[in-house]
Amino acid sequence: MDSDLSSQDRKDLDKFIKFFALKTVQIIVQARLGEKISTCSSSSPTGSDWFNLAIKDIPEVTHEAKKALAGQLPGIGRSMCVEISLKTSEGDSMELETWCLEMNEKCDKDIKVSYTVYNRLSLLLKSLLAITRVTPAYKLSRKQGHDYVILYRIYFGDVQLTGLGEGFQSVRVGVVGTPIGTITLSCAYRTNLALMSSRQFERTGPIMGIIIDHFVERPFTNMAHMHPCSYRTPGEDEGGTYAGIEDSQEVCTTSFSTSPPSQCVCTVSQAHFKTPKPALMATLKVPLMGLGVSQQLYSSRLSYQTPALGTVDLCHPTAFTAGAHPHQMVVPGKEGGVPQVPAQPNHGTAAEHGRIPSFPNGQSPLPAQPTSCVFLCLQVHPPPSPAPSSPLQGSLHSNSSSHSGGQPQDDFVMVDFKPAFSKDDLLPMDLGTFYREFQNPPQLASLSIDVSAQSMAEDLDSLPEKLAIYEKNIDEFDAFVDTLQ
Amino acid sequence: MNCRSEVLEVSVEGRQVEEAMLAVLHTILLHRSTGKFHYKKEGTYSIGTVGTQDVDCDFIDFTFVRVSADELDRVIRKAVAEFKDALGNSGSDGMGQISLEFYQKKKSRWPFSDECIPWEVWSIKVNVVNLANEQERQICREKVGEKLGEKVINIVEVINRHDYLPKMPTQSEVDNVFDTSLKDVQPYLYKITYQITDSLGTSVSTTMRRLIKDTLAL
Repeated sequence: MDSDLSSQDRKDLDKFIKFFALKTVQIIVQARLGEKISTCSSSSPTGSDWFNLAIKDIPEVTHEAKKALAGQLPGIGRSMCVEISLKTSEGDSMELETWCLEMNEKCDKDIKVSYTVYNRLSLLLKSLLAITRVTPAYKLSRKQGHDYVILYRIYFGDVQLTGLGEGFQSVRVGVVGTPIGTITLSCAYRTNLALMSSRQFERTGPIMGIIIDHFVERPFTNMAHMHPCSYRTPGEDEGGTYAGIEDSQEVCTTSFSTSPPSQCVCTVSQAHFKTPKPALMATLKVPLMGLGVSQQLYSSRLSYQTPALGTVDLCHPTAFTAGAHPHQMVVPGKEGGVPQVPAQPNHGTAAEHGRIPSFPNGQSPLPAQPTSCVFLCLQVHPPPSPAPSSPLQGSLHSNSSSHSGGQPQDDFVMVDFKPAFSKDDLLPMDLGTFYREFQNPPQLASLSIDVSAQSMAEDLDSLPEKLAIYEKNIDEFDAFVDTLQ
Repeated sequence: MNCRSEVLEVSVEGRQVEEAMLAVLHTILLHRSTGKFHYKKEGTYSIGTVGTQDVDCDFIDFTFVRVSADELDRVIRKAVAEFKDALGNSGSDGMGQISLEFYQKKKSRWPFSDECIPWEVWSIKVNVVNLANEQERQICREKVGEKLGEKVINIVEVINRHDYLPKMPTQSEVDNVFDTSLKDVQPYLYKITYQITDSLGTSVSTTMRRLIKDTLAL
């Protein structure tokens, strides 16, 4: 199999696969940064744009990807995966999707490496750009900021999809056949967005101190060691090459030939430049967003989901604080607790929850966060009728007592919510419920077609009788008319 | 070689027509555009770099990716705007179809003009719906966003079958395969046409053709 491939072709193919993997990771992570991505076209080839696509390289992401690959390449039985997860301000997290770059044994020996494979890999990257904007995590990532952040983790080896919950869906981005196997790129994404936590209310602090400061922007109080993304462009590097990882980036200056394939020319040259000092990036989040707006938009986005999600009914569409949410959820933590996320002083933390952290700065793992209530209000099951208004604290405490036995199987706790400036003396319901209930009033009875049709039918039926009466009294009518003249 | 034909259908509200068409057309063109070719000696060529940018829709909960080429964007927007106006003016039930056709030119001897041979045609059938209230519009925003997501997945599926693509041309033939008029990118030769379906279900162009045929038959 491999003997049919020339050594130059094999070298080129390995290089293409390596840089394809790195670019795949960049596209996925950049698509989850929470902002719109824009790169410029250039009519002259610069030599550094692999696959003829302008994809920026975030150094930390490249570093993480290279670290995960550890000098190997994705191959048969060795998949490269990028896991995207969501982490709330209280420390709960949930895997949203896993992107898998795999290779199977189906080979295409006749395919030309430096031409067809290269162009198809370029096409696959374009497809990846398109598909990363389509999966549900994209919308979530665009809204990240104050209440939750999106994290990524790269790993190599067997694909792990169990964290995606039940009923996850898959989408295949594309395949490219090569002489050594077929490369497949796909994404498995969660559809069940109920956030479950095994941390029960007995560990929660008092609710009161957290809820009612509407419209006051509270920082991520539990996330003091996580910082906004500040990835550096090559011009801002702190100097010094990175030890232990190859510190030359290969530049692709690929030429193609329009002559018959035997004369195919492919020149790949190497250029050496310093890579910035590694900074482990985990939290790629944008600056804090307006709380009320983000929550409202988020709730409106998720209030109409596909049937796979069940009836996702969010809390009331009014703005509310990060700490107070009508519907609480409990998240099953991994290994019985919050996934340990290593602390990081200056940059974002590494998104390597589940992995044993070992950082140059020797940071200790993040301690499990005492949490009051989980703020993401999503429920998968049909909501019960609105609870009568009651103080938020009271209902939370009463629910917490029922859960204090530590029942990790409960999905959520319904908590009634009192938004600001609402009075419940006239109508025993809050603004959101009122809005929902009276949004579609029934049609007026007098305007309904049945009633008018019925009266018309009755009129028509009575016409013959009326005509008979008129004919009988015709003389009277004639006399009446004569008096008028 | 048969022309590959793909049909996509969308139902949108009137103000969503433009963005929905742009999303689909740009997604297709993203995959059917390369960087500018630079031919060198010995029959080799190098390819420029294609940039991309995210576009948020205003009336649909959707973001799509297009190539960073303002000239191309202008051409597509103009075609979509004409289609939208035709849909609005037709007085029909709001049904129409816009087609993106990729073709190759085949040089013919004089006096015959060059032949355009399509190799891939994407037809997007549009059904415009009217909505009664704001709540329905909000639901439509999200629903259409999801539907467009499905269309993008369909498009990517077709593209990644790696079916027929024109051979990479020599320098003398490049204008028969690619549109080299743009300065940033080089899409395959394409043309955009549309037709509006009148309320009888027949297309206006078919009706016109029939009328002309009937007139000539007299």
